Amino acid sequence: MTVTPPGPPMPSRPVPASGAVPSRPMPSQPVSAPGPVPPPTSDTPKAPAKPRRRAGTNGLRQILRSRAGAAGLVIVALIGLLCLASACGWLPFEPNTQDPLVRLQGPSQTHWFGTDRFGRDVFARVAAGVVNSSLIALVAVAFSALVGTLAGVAAGFFRGATDASVSGVTNVLFAFPPLLLALALASVFTRNWFTVAVAIAVVYTPIFIRVTRGPVLSLREIEFVRAARAAGRNAFAIMFHHILPNLTSIVIVQVTLSLSWAVLTEASLSFLGLGTPPPAPSLGSMIYEARTLAAIAPWTMIAPGVVMVLLVVGLNLLGDGVRDALDPQERTRR
Amino acid sequence: MLTRIVHSSITRRLVTALGTLFGVAVLVFIMLRAIPGDQVTAQFGIESGALTPAQRAALESYYGLDQPLLVQFFSWLGNLFTGNLGFSARAHLSVAELTAQSLPVTVELAVITIVLSLVLGVPLGMLSASKPNSARDGLGQVVALAGLSIPAFLLGSSVMAWVATFWGQNPNGQAFARLTDNPMLNLQQMILPAGVLAFGIAAPIMRTTRTAVLDIRAKDFIRTARAKGVPKARIQMRHILTNALVPITTMTGLQFGYLLGGAIVIEQIFSLPGIGRQVLVGIEQKEYAVVQSTILIIAVCFVLVNLLTDMLYRVIDPRVRAL
Repeated sequence: MTVTPPGPPMPSRPVPASGAVPSRPMPSQPVSAPGPVPPPTSDTPKAPAKPRRRAGTNGLRQILRSRAGAAGLVIVALIGLLCLASACGWLPFEPNTQDPLVRLQGPSQTHWFGTDRFGRDVFARVAAGVVNSSLIALVAVAFSALVGTLAGVAAGFFRGATDASVSGVTNVLFAFPPLLLALALASVFTRNWFTVAVAIAVVYTPIFIRVTRGPVLSLREIEFVRAARAAGRNAFAIMFHHILPNLTSIVIVQVTLSLSWAVLTEASLSFLGLGTPPPAPSLGSMIYEARTLAAIAPWTMIAPGVVMVLLVVGLNLLGDGVRDALDPQERTRR
Repeated sequence: MLTRIVHSSITRRLVTALGTLFGVAVLVFIMLRAIPGDQVTAQFGIESGALTPAQRAALESYYGLDQPLLVQFFSWLGNLFTGNLGFSARAHLSVAELTAQSLPVTVELAVITIVLSLVLGVPLGMLSASKPNSARDGLGQVVALAGLSIPAFLLGSSVMAWVATFWGQNPNGQAFARLTDNPMLNLQQMILPAGVLAFGIAAPIMRTTRTAVLDIRAKDFIRTARAKGVPKARIQMRHILTNALVPITTMTGLQFGYLLGGAIVIEQIFSLPGIGRQVLVGIEQKEYAVVQSTILIIAVCFVLVNLLTDMLYRVIDPRVRAL
C-alpha cells in the first residue's frame, strides 16, 4: 500500500484558483497543504485521523477481522463454489434427470444427499436450486438497490414535489406486508424467474429509498455540497459526484442484508407454488415437495433446508460484518 | 385550538394514512387491470370464446367494463365504501362474509404469536444485554440469528412432519375448530403455528430489546439511580425496561402488522382458514376479485395497526406526547 499523506483512495485536490471545491466532506483534511510534503516512509502515521468509510480491499480486511463477518464470508463463498460447480456442470448428476431405479434412496457415495421420488439426485437439485434462488435474489436486490437509491437520492436532494411523490409511493408499498405484495405481483405476471425477481424487487425498493433519503437530506446541507452548487455545478453532477459516493457504505450494508431477505422471500414464494416455475429446482419448492415424504425420506427435506439456512445465516453474518466494518457507530445496533 | 388540531402530529399522521390508503386502492386497482383477461373471461372460462361480439359487449356493459378507467376506478372505490367487496362464485359467499370468517382466525393467531414472542424475546434480550459479549450474550445472539435465518415454512414443515410421524395425533389434521365452538381444540390447533411464527418474530424483538437496554443503561440517569442506591431489580424494571418499551412497542406493532399478511405460509402449512389462505385459495382458483379485495383489506389493517402503534407510542412515552 502506498501511503501518501493525502491518502490513496481519493486524493483531495488542492483548491484551484477557479474556486472548485474538494469533493469529499473531510474536514480534518488540511485542504491547502502548503510546504514540502514529507517523503512517504513505511512508518509514517496514516493521514491525520482520516475517517475511512470506503469499501475496497481495506473493507474486506475489516470484514474478515470480525468473527461474524469472516464466518459469513466463508459460508457464502462455499455456497458460491457450489453454485459455480452446478452452473458449470461439474457435478456427477443433472438436476432434472430421472432414474426410476434409484427412487428415494438414502445418502450414499454415488448420491451424496440421496435421491427424491423421481430418482433425481438431491445434491444436484440442491445445488441447482441455490443457483436459481441466488440468481433471483441477486437480480431483485440489484434492481431495488439501483432504483431505490436513485429515487431516494432524488427525493432527498430535490425535496418538494419530487420528495412528496416518492415518499407517497414508498408509503403505499410499505402498506403491504412484504410477502403478500410479492405474492400479489407474482400472481399478476406470467410466471418465469425474471418476473419473480421483479416482484421481489418491488417489495424491497422502498427500503433503499428510505435508508438513502435521510442521509441525503443532511448531506445536501453540508458545506461541500453547497459550495459545489455555488460553483455552478448542475444538480445531477452534484448527486453523482458528491452525494452518491457518500452513500456507498449505507447501500452496501443494505444490499447484503436485503440479499438474505430476498432469498427467504423467493423460497417462500416457491414454497407456495408462485416462485421459480417447475421443473427447475428451487429450495422452496423442494421443501414443499418433501413435506409428505419427510417420514420415509427425511433427506429430501433436510438437504435443501440445511443449505438454505446456511445461505441465509451466511448472508446475515456477512451483513453484520459489513455493517461493523463500514459503520463503526452502528456496531451496537440491532 | 383549531390550528393546534390541524397542526398536531396525530392529524398529520391520519392525513398521511388516508393518502396512503388511497394509493393502496389505486395500486390494487392497477393490479386488477394488469391481469390478462377480464371479468367476462373469468366468469365463463374457455366458453367466453363462444360468446358472440354482441353478447360480449352486453356483458361488458353490464360489468361496466366499457366505461373509462377513471369511472371504473371510482365506482369500484364507491362499492368498497358501501361494503361491496366482490363475490366468490365458488364459495357462494361475498368477500365480506368470507373475510368475517377468516380475519378473526388470523388475528387470533397473530395475538398468540405476539404474546409468545414477547415472552421469549424480551427476557432473552435483557439477558443478553445484562452482560454484553459474554457467553450468555453469545447464546442469545445465536438464538436470534437462528430465528432470523430459519424460514417459517421450513420450521413449520419440519414440525408438521415430526408431529405426524412421532406424535401419532395431529390436531391440525382435524377440521378447523373455531374459538367459539371448541376452544380446547382451537388452542391445540393454534399453538404449533403460533410457536413456529413466534420463533421468527422473537428474534427482531430480542435484538431490539438488547440494543435499547444497552443504549439506556449507558445514560446518565441510570448512573445517578445506581449512585443513589436504587435496588438493582428496580433499576432493571422501572428505569431501563420502561424506557426500552418504546422501541419494543414499535417493533412489536410492526411485526403484528406483518403477521396479518405474512402468516400466509404458516396458515397454508397448518391448514388454518385465515385471511392469508383466503388470498392463496383465491389465486389458485383464479378468483381475482377475492384476491384483490382481500389484499386491500390486509393492507388497510396493516396501515391501521401501524397508526395504532404510533398512538400507543404516545401513551407510553410522555416526551412524544408533548409535541
